Amino acid sequence: MPAESMTTSERSYLQEGGRFKGVFSWIFTTDHKRIGILYLASIFTFFSIGVIIGLLMRLNLIEPGRFISERTYNSLFTVHGVIQIFLFIIPGIPASFGNFFLPIHLGARDVAFPRLNIFSWWLYISGGALVILSIFLPGGAPDTGWTFYAPYSIRTTSNVSLAASGIFIVGFSSILTGLNFVTTIHRLRAPGMTWFRMPLFIWSLYATAWTQILATPVLAITLLLLILERSFGIGFFEPLKGGDPIMFEHLFWMYSHPAVYIMILPAMGVVSEIFPVFSRKNIFGYKAVAFSSLGIAFFGYLVWGHHMFTSGMSDISRVIFSLITFLVAVPSGVKVFNWIATMYKGSVRVDSPLLFCLAFIFLFSIAGLTGLIIGTLSLNLYLHGTYFIVGHFHYTMFGGAGFGFFAGLHYWFPKMFGRMFNERAAKIAWLIMFIGFNILYFSMFLLGLQGMPRRYFQYLPQFRMNHILSTVGSWILAAGLLIMFGNLIRALFRGEKAPANPWGGSTLEWTLPSPPGRENFRETPVVRGGPYTFE
Amino acid sequence: MSEAIVPRHGLNSRPYLLVWIGLVALTAATVTVARLNLTAFAALISIGIATVKAGLVLIFFMHLKYEPLILKVMLGIALLALSLIILLTFSDVWYRWGAHVHP
Amino acid sequence: MRNTVDRNEGSISEKHLDYAGAKMGMWIFLFTEILFFGGLFLLYSVYRVKYLADFHSSASELDIVLGTANTIILLTSSMFMALSISSLRKGRKGRSILFQLITIGLGVFFLVNKYFEWSAHIHQGIYPDSPVLLDMARGRIIFFSLYYVMTGLHGLHVLIGVAIIAVMAAFTQRETVSPLDFVKLENTGLYWHFVDIVWIYLFPLFYLIT
Repeated sequence: MPAESMTTSERSYLQEGGRFKGVFSWIFTTDHKRIGILYLASIFTFFSIGVIIGLLMRLNLIEPGRFISERTYNSLFTVHGVIQIFLFIIPGIPASFGNFFLPIHLGARDVAFPRLNIFSWWLYISGGALVILSIFLPGGAPDTGWTFYAPYSIRTTSNVSLAASGIFIVGFSSILTGLNFVTTIHRLRAPGMTWFRMPLFIWSLYATAWTQILATPVLAITLLLLILERSFGIGFFEPLKGGDPIMFEHLFWMYSHPAVYIMILPAMGVVSEIFPVFSRKNIFGYKAVAFSSLGIAFFGYLVWGHHMFTSGMSDISRVIFSLITFLVAVPSGVKVFNWIATMYKGSVRVDSPLLFCLAFIFLFSIAGLTGLIIGTLSLNLYLHGTYFIVGHFHYTMFGGAGFGFFAGLHYWFPKMFGRMFNERAAKIAWLIMFIGFNILYFSMFLLGLQGMPRRYFQYLPQFRMNHILSTVGSWILAAGLLIMFGNLIRALFRGEKAPANPWGGSTLEWTLPSPPGRENFRETPVVRGGPYTFE
Repeated sequence: MSEAIVPRHGLNSRPYLLVWIGLVALTAATVTVARLNLTAFAALISIGIATVKAGLVLIFFMHLKYEPLILKVMLGIALLALSLIILLTFSDVWYRWGAHVHP
Repeated sequence: MRNTVDRNEGSISEKHLDYAGAKMGMWIFLFTEILFFGGLFLLYSVYRVKYLADFHSSASELDIVLGTANTIILLTSSMFMALSISSLRKGRKGRSILFQLITIGLGVFFLVNKYFEWSAHIHQGIYPDSPVLLDMARGRIIFFSLYYVMTGLHGLHVLIGVAIIAVMAAFTQRETVSPLDFVKLENTGLYWHFVDIVWIYLFPLFYLIT
């Protein structure tokens, strides 16, 4: 429990920049906390670009052709996907909160390789810059969809190679972060911090890091081959030269499906931190939650084929992939039941972090259950390539990973910046976002069931009603986002000073002042119990 | 770095020479086998020999022999991951064109 | 050998002091390399199943003598790499640097051979997307593209390895790498041996399966 109140004149990491001054004390820092903040700022910058592009797409769909041309629309959905997936949600929680809190949760002073850590951020920014550059350079923004399916991605004249190189570099950043985290967790745990005393956030980061390590290289080679295909015509994915486009899909989804778990697992970790604190109760089934993270990572690695049920795979393969897909539901279900059981008979305090977690459970459950629908081979044949899929993965990635991210943002904001935000405004923002989200994306399920294909610029009159509904939802959601970020940005400058432990948390970060000092712990802590003990 | 952390193994040069001789001998063997035209097994045998060679390099040159168990487990996980994705891809490819090869 | 000293210190803020941690990081990096090349080996095996006959006839066009020579060269370089580390740890700095230079020399020798090999094929008009190649059977197009991409990426790794070993030789000379702090050199060795292992598989796949 946080006993010390550090009122002494210790300077926080925000004031203590190390060797350099000004902006250089940030971009050349090796302090994991500053790197976490760098990621947080850059990730949300890319996120806002992605949101604006998403709003433009929705705008087109209330009146196709009135605001945006066909070619532009193709680029919009491609770049929206690339930015939101590779630049926002994949690095999202691990790179920001992970960097900031992983060493603190373990009782260490930094990650295992601090210089590699800032190098990862540099790679991330360079890759992100290339992706943004690919929008504006002559040749035109990529128009293939974020999946870059061959053979169209080989033949299009748009800037696919540039965007792919950007993602290739961002991929390296992700690999290096994963490598750093695994080594840190193995080597730098404080005395007494055994594996089963680690906060569950760390378990989820551990599982995520392994997925980053073992899946991302496959994406790297796939994108490299795509670039070589476009520049030298090697023919691996070109049917005219003996290649097989389905092999591109295999390689692409070998990464991109596990990537879904890179996105969602850390969010599950954040949620697992928040439920015990706001229920004043130990987590229900610590080991089950910890191991289900590993289980999700493992099964998540083996189900990529369910993206390809209509691509022309062999029948046996489709049945196998469908079967393994159902298995992922088991560890996911374990987690959901454990979170709910944690609240049972707890003294629940409904503050904004918990509200975001509850929204997470609701939205993620819809995502998971619709996932079972489209994981069913027979139903998938009907629903594949419709708006049902779009609805499903937005519920997973935005409703799941995104809301988990926002939950963590509200939970850890006082610790990271030493300021409290306006709780009332946070709750209002939450409510508006929750309503807007469901209007925006639930109408996509209806559109999908009606048969509306995804990625179409134009549609038949019978889809109009739901498209308008969805677009209105996007405006409500955007309004909620504006209030939420406005509230947090205001708090950065005008917020009250945050106490060391505003929520009564029991993990190690709450023993430090808000914001923490440069070296985290003045003395290495000695851990004597589990992470969630409340008197 | 404190003295205690530095490992004391792998200082002798002779094992490296012996492993090298083994590797060269296996290279000679695999080339010879390839010339025998054992069509059916040729691929299997050469991959088998390559795996033995890779194992020698891993165990002796890369000191895997002396590494803690956790590293061996990690390597196992990485190799398992690779084998599983190859296996699952073949569940598609094999039944798509493997059974009835069209030239 | 369990190390508790550095754990208690828990600090690596400025200089890297955790020997086992540094090696673990390197091994994990090698796992990513395994999966990176793994994607290519997967493509190779898939297309070999599809174009068995074409693969066999194309493989017989590669120079088995040159391939074998390159195999021996890399295996030898790997041995010298391992010897350079054990020499350094025994305190024989000069000998360690000599062995590192021999490793570099063998790596360059490998690349020169590769250069002549590629040139010969390119001279015959066989390279990705070349008119000669596109006239051939589809399986042969894929075989030669795989050959260029896989040996090319491997060659790039050899080149990077040579550069890193050169830096290590300089470090050893300046005693940044020393008998007490040799983990950088050891990690370089791990990388070099991994590159060797990739070639150990490339050799039979391209030169021997005829």
